[in-house]
Amino acid sequence: MLRVELRKRRGAFALDATFAAPTPGVTALFGRSGCGKSTLISLIAGLLAPDAGRVVLEEDVLYDSDRSLSVDARHRRIGVVFQDARLFPHLRVRGNLDYGARRVARETPRPVAFDDVVSLLGLGELLERRPHELSGGEKQRVALGRALLSQPRLLLLDEPLASLDLARREDVLPYLERLRDAFAIPIVYVSHQFDEVLRLATRVVLLEGGRTVADGDIATVSRHPQLRAIVGPDSVGAVLAGHVESVDTTGLVVLRVGDAELHVELDGAVVNQRIQIQVLARDVIVATVRPSGLSVRNVVAARVISVTPDTGRAVLVELDIGRTATVLARITSRASVELGLTADKQVWALIKAASLRGHVFTVPAR
Amino acid sequence: MLSPAESEALWLSLSVAARGVVFNLPFAILVAWLLTRTRFAGRTLFDAFVHLPLVLPPVVIGYLLLVLFGVRGPIGGWLHENFGIQLAFTSTGAALATAVMSFPLVVRSIRISLENVDRGLEEAARTLGAGPLDRFFSVTLPLIAPGILAGAVTAFAAGLGEFGAVITFAANIPGETRTLPLALYTALQTPDGDTLAARLAVISLSLGLAGLLVSEFLSRALRRRLGR
Repeated sequence: MLRVELRKRRGAFALDATFAAPTPGVTALFGRSGCGKSTLISLIAGLLAPDAGRVVLEEDVLYDSDRSLSVDARHRRIGVVFQDARLFPHLRVRGNLDYGARRVARETPRPVAFDDVVSLLGLGELLERRPHELSGGEKQRVALGRALLSQPRLLLLDEPLASLDLARREDVLPYLERLRDAFAIPIVYVSHQFDEVLRLATRVVLLEGGRTVADGDIATVSRHPQLRAIVGPDSVGAVLAGHVESVDTTGLVVLRVGDAELHVELDGAVVNQRIQIQVLARDVIVATVRPSGLSVRNVVAARVISVTPDTGRAVLVELDIGRTATVLARITSRASVELGLTADKQVWALIKAASLRGHVFTVPAR
Repeated sequence: MLSPAESEALWLSLSVAARGVVFNLPFAILVAWLLTRTRFAGRTLFDAFVHLPLVLPPVVIGYLLLVLFGVRGPIGGWLHENFGIQLAFTSTGAALATAVMSFPLVVRSIRISLENVDRGLEEAARTLGAGPLDRFFSVTLPLIAPGILAGAVTAFAAGLGEFGAVITFAANIPGETRTLPLALYTALQTPDGDTLAARLAVISLSLGLAGLLVSEFLSRALRRRLGR
């Protein structure tokens, strides 16, 4: 477990963050640009001195203002991948990868091997190149490898994809997924792109104006009002975490979320794998009677939890499906009134299988 | 091609200038570091002090060196008594004089490249387990290498041509401190020395041109390595 409790004032900006991240696992630090995410990363890594607080990784206290204790950044064994990669321009890729590896203390165990990192991140072709000969995505892969080879106990990834265009992002994301699933190194992943978070993280810490406003599993935090405000009305949607019940020959996956079953279109899914899907609120239709003769694959019994006003003339209906999962539906307030939607009303939620954005986690759900 | 006196002056110039660079660099790197990376009381005064050789007449520098490093001076006396080292009126003294004269230029050159070093790279090195000295030698120094090289070339070129401080502190001793400019000056003072003076001037010119070309070539190679 990584426990963070930090305060730092910088001019008019005040950071006051408290969260816990399970280890291993990927925890996303999510928030708008300028909400203090990068500052928080620098504080955890020990590159910036906090005003007060504590940082504890497993049983090791890395920082404690009450005891005037602060472990130097170089002894924290926290690998950092910066937004701008920060590869050493005077060293070749091999030299960059070796930089941290050569400085690992003799008594430190070395579970991460050079060859494994090179093959996992596809660096074989790049070893003799200089950083300025690499594309943005390649630079980030090298930076990941360099951090991994310093045998870290924690990886901090500070928006590693932010400086890449969309296509390059798609080049790097699969490597991040492989890294997450191949090594048992806990990761704190900073991002302001929710689709990256959905794809990589199982826990989300929501940061707003320098304060942590939510800290929990991705399904819960995905419905948080402040997260909805950040992603915008069209991208609002609850995240469901479940496991693959079955896969039919056409590739249609049956996903079990609590008591509910959802049909999802997903490539490469295997039975029992953990899957995270996002159900966008604008893609959910609410019906008071069970409809038939529709193309929609998912007609799920649901119970209204709440109806809250959303932007414009819309309301956001929170629906409980399968007793353990919650989805959001964005409908007009007029429709809500005509259907008489109030708390505890039994309804049907209609979700198009083709509209679900799902991601596979190789690690089985625990 | 060259007369013995000419080649003596040429080799002496090269040797004095080279030793001047060796004296110069470690201190210049340290001072440039202090001026860019630290804040201390009296920093502005220190900065001004470092730049003094730029504004003082070289004779004044030579005189001050004589006062400090002469055999009876506080530092020179101590060196002479404890190590038997004499600086005044020796070629090592000439090298010291050239080093002091070019010091501000070297500091300036290194300082500019230090200011351009991305501190983020040093931070990255720190997260990868490198201590302060390790970071300096493995990251900062290679990154400021072009600035150090430019500084060294400046110091070397200035060392070849330094006249006032050298003649004041180290005098004009053939084979010991009579470098090219001093030999040229001596030739001009001698009847029938015109031809020798002209030949020495041509040697100086060729040397300077060759130096500039070599430095340009080296700095291009370094920059290419750093991908700039």
